[in-house]
Amino acid sequence: MGFEGIGASVRRKEDARFLSGRGHYTDDINRPGQLYAFIKRSDRPHARIASLQTAQAAAAPGVVAVFTGADMAADNVGGLPCGWQIHSKDGSPMAEPPHPVLAIGKVRHVGDPVAVVIAESRQAAKDAAELLEIEYDDLPAVATTLDALEPGAPTVHDEVAGNVCYDWHIGDKAMVDAAFARAAKVVKLELTNNRLVPNAMEPRAALGDFDTSSGDFTLYTTSQNPHVIRLLMGAFVLHIPENKLRVVAPDVGGGFGSKIYHYAEEAIVTWAAGKLRRPVKWTAERNESFMSDAHGRDHVSTAEMALDADGTFLALRVATIANMGAYLSTFAPCVPTYLYATLLAGVYKTPAIYAEVKAVFTNTVPVDAYRGAGRPEATYLLERLVDVIAHDTGMDRVEIRRKNFIPADAFPYQTPVALQYDSGNHEMTLKAALEAADFAGFEARRSAARAKGKLRGIGISTYLEACGIAPSAVVGSLGARAGLYEVANVKVHPTGSITVYTGTHSHGQGHETTFAQLISDQMGVPIDQIEVVHGDTSKIPFGMGTYGSRSLAVGGSAMVKAMDKIIAKGKKIAAHLMEAAVEDIEFDKGTFKVAGTDKSKTLTDISLAAYVPHNYPIEELEPGLDETAFYDPKNFTFPGGCHVCELEIDQETGVVELVNFVAVDDVGRVINPMIVEGQVQGGVAQGVGQALLESAIYDSNGQLLSGSFMDYTMPRANDLVNISVGTEITLCTHNPLGVKGCGEVGAIGSPPAVINAVVDALKEYGIRHLDMPATGAKLWQILQANRPKMAAE
Amino acid sequence: MYDFAYQKPASVADAVKLLSEDPEAKALAGGQTFIPVLKQRLAKPSTIVDLGKLDLRGITIGADTVTIGAMTTHAAVASSKELKAKIPGLQELASWIGDEAVRHRGTMGGSLANNDPAACYPSAALAMDATIKTDRREIKADDFFQGMFTTALEPGEIITSVTFKVPQKSAYEKFRNPASRYAIVGVFVAQHANGVRLAITGAGQGGVFRHTAFEQALSANFSPDAIAGIATPPDDLNGDIHASAEYRAHLINVVARRAVAKAR
Ligand SMILES: Cc1cc2nc3c(=O)[nH]c(=O)nc-3n(C[C@H](O)[C@H](O)[C@H](O)COP(=O)(O)OP(=O)(O)OC[C@H]3O[C@@H](n4cnc5c(N)ncnc54)[C@H](O)[C@@H]3O)c2cc1C
Repeated sequence: MGFEGIGASVRRKEDARFLSGRGHYTDDINRPGQLYAFIKRSDRPHARIASLQTAQAAAAPGVVAVFTGADMAADNVGGLPCGWQIHSKDGSPMAEPPHPVLAIGKVRHVGDPVAVVIAESRQAAKDAAELLEIEYDDLPAVATTLDALEPGAPTVHDEVAGNVCYDWHIGDKAMVDAAFARAAKVVKLELTNNRLVPNAMEPRAALGDFDTSSGDFTLYTTSQNPHVIRLLMGAFVLHIPENKLRVVAPDVGGGFGSKIYHYAEEAIVTWAAGKLRRPVKWTAERNESFMSDAHGRDHVSTAEMALDADGTFLALRVATIANMGAYLSTFAPCVPTYLYATLLAGVYKTPAIYAEVKAVFTNTVPVDAYRGAGRPEATYLLERLVDVIAHDTGMDRVEIRRKNFIPADAFPYQTPVALQYDSGNHEMTLKAALEAADFAGFEARRSAARAKGKLRGIGISTYLEACGIAPSAVVGSLGARAGLYEVANVKVHPTGSITVYTGTHSHGQGHETTFAQLISDQMGVPIDQIEVVHGDTSKIPFGMGTYGSRSLAVGGSAMVKAMDKIIAKGKKIAAHLMEAAVEDIEFDKGTFKVAGTDKSKTLTDISLAAYVPHNYPIEELEPGLDETAFYDPKNFTFPGGCHVCELEIDQETGVVELVNFVAVDDVGRVINPMIVEGQVQGGVAQGVGQALLESAIYDSNGQLLSGSFMDYTMPRANDLVNISVGTEITLCTHNPLGVKGCGEVGAIGSPPAVINAVVDALKEYGIRHLDMPATGAKLWQILQANRPKMAAE
Repeated sequence: MYDFAYQKPASVADAVKLLSEDPEAKALAGGQTFIPVLKQRLAKPSTIVDLGKLDLRGITIGADTVTIGAMTTHAAVASSKELKAKIPGLQELASWIGDEAVRHRGTMGGSLANNDPAACYPSAALAMDATIKTDRREIKADDFFQGMFTTALEPGEIITSVTFKVPQKSAYEKFRNPASRYAIVGVFVAQHANGVRLAITGAGQGGVFRHTAFEQALSANFSPDAIAGIATPPDDLNGDIHASAEYRAHLINVVARRAVAKAR
């Protein structure tokens, strides 16, 4: 065994099973007597259900039951709850219209579940669903963010006039207005953040099981947070007490946020399993994923920066309209508020910031957190605005950033939008990235490209984000209806191997390896003797799951606390065995020593004594070596860094080709450099996808035009270049490991770097801004409509 | 998918019989188009007649012609060294269809019979004056393609092979749909002793078509410059969320010039 502790690029323990097809996913689970559910979904964006006849479908061969919203309501099934409440400027709570599990009265987006057919086979359920007789009275629909606020726009919920969910703000308006009044210059930018479909590789699935002997329910589901699902579904939707409900999230093939939320199908299969006293399984087809997984982003914003004469930022004013879709998904309201507007200081010491955010309902799939959740939107806005400031003022885009950076010696730094950054060094990451990308040598490459008919550009983004969500009391005061601590139970077994039970969940991130390394580093046990268990509420303590790059910063910290307890207890046992004072026992990498002597005991000696307590301080100490710790973070963590993108545009076709991408990130202490590199590269791939390729396009009537991989452009390997990843570290000051988080930085930092590079490539054309995605078709149109300034004389 | 009966006949005659006796029966080749259609329940055939057992595979290189069996996969075409030497454009075209998995299932006959307006092979068939051989007759490519997803095939008629005239020079150039990777504009150019034939796929509202203005100019002067000034009117071209008709019209010129430049 080589070095496996903190800092080792250990190969991922889980990959052998994933790569050889032995992963165990929800759809791989089958229970005796299992039935299959097919969800009949609305093909209308907005309609009243005039009539819904189920008799024919129910009588079809193989069909066991057909249920509608009325059946669930009659059984007292609740609506899907929202986990975060925002209050508007005027103090009123957000509009929170009902979100029935199956539609009642009205359908509000294409994909809205209308009825469920449960049969002996998928085929029979699907066949029978065609016999459902549904008559709709179509209503006018509203599909886009801006249309939702038009006077006279159709209302998605009768009780929500004007489609406004909330009208929220943050920051000091008066101070900002005053700064604008005295500013030497104001730079304004209007921009959209394009709507995305998450597209995890594994489609969602859910299997409900009911034990007729015990009366216990089990839900197997594709979730990033099984305890959250158990709490929400048990307490609010199905009214099953926690002791009678088990939720299992086995191997999960990617989430990116889309598997955080409590979805209708989970409640449907669990409820139906109880009704029918048989297991019920549902697995999404890919087209269902497009119309039922929560989408991401979808903002329309105006940003204005007030500057003094030398380019110092005086104040930032932002107005954003955020699309919630047709219903509030579990954490939707917090994404464009506390995960977005609080990040608008970015890496800059802008002294005054004021942001207004209006959230609107539309006849589209609900929108919620997607890799980065709010921070990509804030970063894109800010980093585009800074480049536009450089464009409008003629200042150098690197210098203007440097001039406004929060200096390295200013941490901890209180922003004007609530957050207090604990650490960072943005000059350090900028410098390293510019060097790695040979930024200084770029103009020669631009000229060489021009000779080949290519427009070459380079773009940078210097970003900061907040993760490690989050101090429970803080988020509680901001509207969270949950705590956001994490928990770990570390069990040292009698012979010294270790199982750790974590409340976080791995759906591709490599926790089984990273956490094992962390435990190995402290406890001196090889990683193959460390098992990381997650995802089953009957095994793990009540933890909050994985999102917002929180698993290591919060979950890892809980493990450190639990290990501290183990070590403290182990010292007492060691002191007893070696007849020494507890204060004289030192623990280092698996060995308890009596200081200043050659007496020592291994962890195995201690664990054996703990479970076979023949010679044991039984009067003072309980047997066993098994400790649980909860960790509630003191603050968010603040990863940051600099991304540099270099690309070429084919002048004839408008198509962009990346030629270089450099990411230098400060993610705090790195446990496994290889995993960090992979996380950053994956995030950058998604960020490049957003910047160049991806877009969920609705037509004005609410039909999703890009509703399959035939039309929704996912980034592929050959759309990318080698993504060079570097890390430059400052430690988080408030968690025991000094870690910050790396899961989302790639998707947060990269989109503005790409668009800044595209705009830079179009320099001669006088282009100030363009919206994502920068497709060939869009760039060709821009090239057509604008002539190079030089050529036009 | 809806339920269907499944047959795998051993001879073309049996296959034709099965297909002719039952108007609801349908042929299955590589399934790369047909199976997705079935999965989405957009078709409800009574019987699927799998052509997999018919002896319709293989590439025969003649002096002036190349004949490819209808059940020859794209991968087989893409990996044939003999073909690459004879008609480099056709080999390259096959290598760019879909992905590895698609190329190992999808077939020449299936692609031509389907006549997807964004498919690649139809442009090669038109540009190389191909003859499409069926169980009952021979059809010239010029007569075969009759609009989007429409061909001269009669109900129950099976393509058995396709014979291409070997050009002096050829090339296929494809501007790919960024999402599906089918052609937004695909151009097959073939320089024959008696003139140039150039066909465009992906762009036309009526499916694949020959670009006669390009053909005339290139027959006089086989160089990219010869067509640089020839605009294609956007009126009969497709527009969608990926590319407007105007963009396609522009791309036709760019892609055609690039095809001519690399023809060999
Ligand atoms: C992901 C993906 C990407 C693709 N990308 C491309 C691309 O870039 N370019 C491209 O050109 N194509 C592309 N295709 C389509 C692919 O080339 C298919 O192979 C082709 O369209 C159909 O061929 P098949 O053998 O699979 O036919 P099938 O799907 O089995 O059949 C298609 C139709 O043809 C009929 N048929 C099949 N064989 C015969 C025959 N011998 N005689 C009469 N009728 C017959 C069938 O009855 C059916 O109606 C792609 C497909 C996929 C799934």
